[in-house]
Amino acid sequence: MNKEHSLNKKTDYTGSKQGMWMFLFTELLLFTGMFLLYSVFRSRYQQEFHAASSELSRTIGTLNTVILLTSSLTMALSVNAIRKDKNKISLIFQGLTVFFGLFFLANKFFEWSAKIHHGIYPNSPGLLAHGKGETMFYGLYYLMTGIHGLHVLAGIVLLLIMMVLTKKGSLNSDSFVRLENSGLYWHLVDVIWVYLFPVFYLIS
Amino acid sequence: MNINNNNNIGYKTYLAVWCCLMILTAATVMAAGMGFGRYGSLASVLIASAKAGLILLFFMHLKYETFVFKLMLLAAILTMAVIIGLTFFDVGFRDGGR
Repeated sequence: MNKEHSLNKKTDYTGSKQGMWMFLFTELLLFTGMFLLYSVFRSRYQQEFHAASSELSRTIGTLNTVILLTSSLTMALSVNAIRKDKNKISLIFQGLTVFFGLFFLANKFFEWSAKIHHGIYPNSPGLLAHGKGETMFYGLYYLMTGIHGLHVLAGIVLLLIMMVLTKKGSLNSDSFVRLENSGLYWHLVDVIWVYLFPVFYLIS
Repeated sequence: MNINNNNNIGYKTYLAVWCCLMILTAATVMAAGMGFGRYGSLASVLIASAKAGLILLFFMHLKYETFVFKLMLLAAILTMAVIIGLTFFDVGFRDGGR
């Protein structure tokens, strides 16, 4: 590989990451809008938000936080491994990340199912009987954790593709920016959860 | 030019960051259980921001990126701050500051 070639590659490498960060900022703004909506209604319905929040399971919320933070660790380690030419180890860490992502979604599934079973879902008669504040809380809860869940799902699909590419050898220590960018996406979804967790589960 | 140059982060660093994240998670759950009221929500936002900071700096490698990346993030955060600030300003003074 001549010098000019590798220089071009470096430019592409930085450019790809910058592009990814730009995209992540639009994601941040998407969630900022929803967090704003949440804080305005929380200041208007403090008691109701508190009452509604106490119905959510702190245990499941904490468990999911631990799962997602750990998945971020395995994600970072997979990028680290591929940089050091350890493709197999990277593949294992990518697989672990996907596993933790699925684990998170499974918990979310059971959590939502239990709530829906108890008659708490958008526009349900049981919820409407509780009044405006709780309806707002659960409306935002389903909206925000739902959109977040879709992002986790998208991250899982992205990582599955990366696993295939790693296995094929098209991701390696010379060309790993696609894995790194997938990692950036995964970590951002984690950052958003870091804020969602106290906002919905820990209102004291 | 080697694209691997800027990355000498070891497994130990990542593990240490993960440990900090776990401790902060435990701290935020415990703080919520103590019932600090108004200060409680402030504490949970501050702890969440510390966690987000750790993820951004280490897991997302922001600490090891060039200045441009940090400037980009700063611009995004400032944009969010303006949007959040102006919205609160609006909502806070609606209906004569009810």
